[in-house]
Amino acid sequence: MADTLVHPTVEEPPVEERRRPPRVRKTPVTYLLRFIVTAYLFFLVAWPVSLVVTHTFSDGLGSIRSLLEDPDMVVALQLSAYVAVWSVLINTVFGVGMSLLLVRYEFPGKRLLNSLLDIPLSVSPIVVGLALVLVYGGRNGWLGPTLAGWGLDVIFSTPGIIMATTFVALPLMIRELVPVLEEIGIEQEQAAESLGANGLQRFWRITLPSIKWGITYGVVLTLARSLGEFGAVKVVSGNVLGQTRTATLAVEEKYLNFDQQGAYATAFLLAMVSVACIVVVAIIRPKNHP
Amino acid sequence: MIWFSALVLIPLAAVVVTAIDGGWDVFWSTITNGQTAAAIKLTVFTAAGVTAVNVVMGPLIAWVLVRDRFWGKSVLEVLIDIPFALPTIVAGLVLLSLYGTDSPIGIDIANQRPAVFLAFLFVTLPFVVRMVQPVLEELDRDVEEAAASLGASRFTTFRRIILPSLTPAITAGAALSFARGVSEYGSLVLLSGNLPFKTEVTSVRILSSIENDNVAAAAAVATVLLVISLVVIVVLDLIQRRVAARG
Repeated sequence: MADTLVHPTVEEPPVEERRRPPRVRKTPVTYLLRFIVTAYLFFLVAWPVSLVVTHTFSDGLGSIRSLLEDPDMVVALQLSAYVAVWSVLINTVFGVGMSLLLVRYEFPGKRLLNSLLDIPLSVSPIVVGLALVLVYGGRNGWLGPTLAGWGLDVIFSTPGIIMATTFVALPLMIRELVPVLEEIGIEQEQAAESLGANGLQRFWRITLPSIKWGITYGVVLTLARSLGEFGAVKVVSGNVLGQTRTATLAVEEKYLNFDQQGAYATAFLLAMVSVACIVVVAIIRPKNHP
Repeated sequence: MIWFSALVLIPLAAVVVTAIDGGWDVFWSTITNGQTAAAIKLTVFTAAGVTAVNVVMGPLIAWVLVRDRFWGKSVLEVLIDIPFALPTIVAGLVLLSLYGTDSPIGIDIANQRPAVFLAFLFVTLPFVVRMVQPVLEELDRDVEEAAASLGASRFTTFRRIILPSLTPAITAGAALSFARGVSEYGSLVLLSGNLPFKTEVTSVRILSSIENDNVAAAAAVATVLLVISLVVIVVLDLIQRRVAARG
């Protein structure tokens, strides 16, 4: 499901159609629809986004520079990047494992598992945060006190933020990989097996190369989602300045403290990353779907 | 499997258990509490309204992207995905810059109900479009031409030929955008002002319960949201099975 949402489809018309002239007559209705859609997107997306850019650069590069000189802000950006990298790593390893499990094996409850995987997409980030606090909370969570006894604090520290981020970004990788794995089938692997390759070799030489594009899209999407997570992180992080404040939390904080320039500049940095991610996906996708 | 349970299933189960821990009466009185009920009502009604808009605008956008060809169309393609990829808090800020207090076009809806509507509209934009688009691309144009050659008007062709094949995709997209709307939080923080009884949505209500250390109340409201998203997932699953069965 998620995969259909985020694929920017290629505008290249199919080959046979390019040879023939377009069959659709241009009527006033065509232009009307075109106008409505463009205006709608302009007012809803394009104009607001461009305003953030102009606000950021209203006094030149000053706001970005002062942002990067603020030590707390640097820590926040580093934390965001650190968390995003971990969540991408975890989701990649387990995403590949789960996808293989879902595609290659039959087991009771598979359908249920498949549906449950969509929960992180549709549940509120606040609920995600609450759920994690209830289980891993240091004082009265289900597992929290035990873990704290081992000297491992989850909530209000970095592991909690990583967990929350991993949770919300979890389905993206799996939804990218499952269709690809279904497509490639298992013939090649069987051939490799008959030639004497062991499990690890088969995975490394056959499966991994054929899903590498799927993994790439998954990584890009997960990265964008992880950097941008706000609600769940807000609940579990405690928002301690210089320790557990991520870049998204800093945007809110700055705005509420009437530091609009700083808020816009931070928002601009985050928006740049996510737009870059979309563009990367848009550019590399066609190679996989000729 | 264990990883999935530790990360997703156990925490969600904890929410439900905490919610029913206090018994049915406590649960019921929490969610019928004036402020909470108002928040839930606002959230559900706004999400429904936004979904209605998306059901109309989504297929329209998809139609233009698939069937029309004009300069700058690839820019529109990227624009569709921006709300999906943009951090929600940034989305709120983005909308605030055009429709907030220092709006360049003089529309100030910050801290009012339309702001909630607008934020939902922004974050749910891609869902219907991206569900409908691939289906529309697959559609065989010959059927439409056949209908036209038999004397059907464009409107009849649309209603009798195109719409039926798009319906499952539209429904699935609508379900997703409803779920996303109900659970939205980040973009509203800055935009709506979170005034009780007026612009406070369910997610915000849960967060303030957590901050007041009233975990039971938070869990009760969270359970309501969980049930809503479960229903949506079941609906989606049914739709997908129906489509698969039809071939």
